[in-house]
Amino acid sequence: MTLVLEAAVLGILTGGVYALMASGLTLIFGVMRIINVGQGALVILGAYLSFVLFRTWHVDPFLSLIVTMPVMFALGVVLQLIFIRPLTTDREALSVLVTYAIALGIEGILGYIFSTNYVQLRAWYETASFAIVDFHITYVYVFGFLLCLAILGALFLMLYRTTFGAAIRATMLNRTAAQLIGIDVDRVAALAFGIGMATAAAGGVVFGITNAFNPGSHYDLISRLLTIIVLGGLGSLRGAVIAALIMLVTEDITAVVVSPVWASFAFFVILVAVLIVRPQGLFGLRVRDRI
Amino acid sequence: MNTVLRLPALKPAGLGLALAAALAVPLISDPGTASMAVFITMYVGLATAWNIMGGYTGYISLGHAAFFGFGAYTLGLFLVHLGIPAGYQPFLLVPVAGVLTALLAALIGWIALRTRAATFVIVTIAFMFMLQLLAENLVNLTGGGAGLGLPVPSWGGDFFAIPFYYAMLALAILGVTVSWVIRRSKFGLGLLAIRDDEDKALAVGVPTRAFKLAAFVISAALVGMIGGVYGYFITYIYPQFVVDPLIGISMVLMVFFGGLGTLSGPVLGAIVLEWSQLQFAYHFGASRLYLIFYAAVFLLVIRFLPQGVVPSIADLVARRRHGRAAGPPGPASDSAEPPTRIRPGLASP
Repeated sequence: MTLVLEAAVLGILTGGVYALMASGLTLIFGVMRIINVGQGALVILGAYLSFVLFRTWHVDPFLSLIVTMPVMFALGVVLQLIFIRPLTTDREALSVLVTYAIALGIEGILGYIFSTNYVQLRAWYETASFAIVDFHITYVYVFGFLLCLAILGALFLMLYRTTFGAAIRATMLNRTAAQLIGIDVDRVAALAFGIGMATAAAGGVVFGITNAFNPGSHYDLISRLLTIIVLGGLGSLRGAVIAALIMLVTEDITAVVVSPVWASFAFFVILVAVLIVRPQGLFGLRVRDRI
Repeated sequence: MNTVLRLPALKPAGLGLALAAALAVPLISDPGTASMAVFITMYVGLATAWNIMGGYTGYISLGHAAFFGFGAYTLGLFLVHLGIPAGYQPFLLVPVAGVLTALLAALIGWIALRTRAATFVIVTIAFMFMLQLLAENLVNLTGGGAGLGLPVPSWGGDFFAIPFYYAMLALAILGVTVSWVIRRSKFGLGLLAIRDDEDKALAVGVPTRAFKLAAFVISAALVGMIGGVYGYFITYIYPQFVVDPLIGISMVLMVFFGGLGTLSGPVLGAIVLEWSQLQFAYHFGASRLYLIFYAAVFLLVIRFLPQGVVPSIADLVARRRHGRAAGPPGPASDSAEPPTRIRPGLASP
């Protein structure tokens, strides 16, 4: 029983990271109606950026975010301008292919520079732990969770308390109407893509400390992130956060009760069960032609 | 084959020539070329099969590698657990692998086709990873990550690839024929209607659910059979090499390159891209550099030829034929339409 409880706590802590990465993905979908299949590769890219800073100047991974998040934000805006914006027709299908191509390109370039050997970000809090009553919690999970909480909080504040956030939400609800009331939807889209990339950088650091990764790690990551946002309902930030927690808690409990090899499978089973009953996901809206 | 080979006399002649050339490939080639030809014909079949679902109905599946891997494992498990000796008998089991893949596709399709557009894309990816996990975890059945060794064919040496080439060629021809028959049928027209506007198609009486499921199952069964031959060809199968996301995306790229929803587009796309990828791998070794090549082709095609090569050439030919005096004729005004809605229902298939 303690083991199950411990697994649940760990699931919530690691779920925060996935919530952060998935929220960027669902935000991009909401604003632009595109699925960014490259989000996983961008997370890995963020992790490698921090890895380079760490290897050359011994910058603390969390501290390196001060550099990598703006860099990734800028990269996101540029990628959006070059590759996504020119898609005027059938963008939902074509964007999947474009972002898949971006993912393959990043994987190829990273593989060329860093080879396919696994690396991991190192810091003192990576293995150090503290104890609450019976069980031990490694610091990195707590720090990562707090970081994600802070960024998610900032994201929600921006969305619901600022004019720019209102513009984003208006664009998500109805692009044409937003344009009519004077919102520059192209600018909103570019910035939203940048924000999505910045969350990928932050997610990448926590992912890079808790997992060994190589340029090919993005396949596993993106399959998880995509299933999270489908379970939560495409375009729903709240859904992404809750689905991420459900996923990681399910996985960690399955790992303890059944076996670690069946952990990811358990989540897929939940996803399939939900889709049979609610094809639009937990918090998705059933819009004709969009589901 | 929108208008490229429109002349009635030219078409059978061209087809016959292509077929004769394809049949003659092993006679004029060395062993290296023969195994390259196996891969190229394999992708011709895969891209054509994918196009039946993705091109005709507009439902983009990025998870077709699941059916490819399932076919490979089905055939492999039959050979290993039933103790079927290596030789030519395993080829007879390929249709069985196809039928079982069709059953799996019916189950997956029943769930996945409750969703549309973006969600459908993601659900197909999820199913692919589910299957990969199963192949890894059911160690007693599949051998898990250690892989599954199939009986090694009794023939060898220079001749090794040739039976596989003909098997792949037969499946590719079957795929193209099925695709052609569908395009000319009422069923095919219904699929195209689904792509253009699913709700309207339903409103005018197209049984959209059944049609989508049928297209999905046919497409998957073809892919499963090709996977079966592939598994026997490489004789040792691992979960991540047969349920490989890259195989899944390759067939999609080939279809988009050649022309989504056309008959000759996937064939052309597969030949050009798989040939260049093999050249790339040959000259730059086993590095993952070809990923960058793939990414570049992808981005360039979508940026500059969003309709694919075949429809773009067809447009060009048609425009030249009509001349400028006639004003912008059909194809010219059509090119303003969304790229994937290239009215193939009206053009000759």
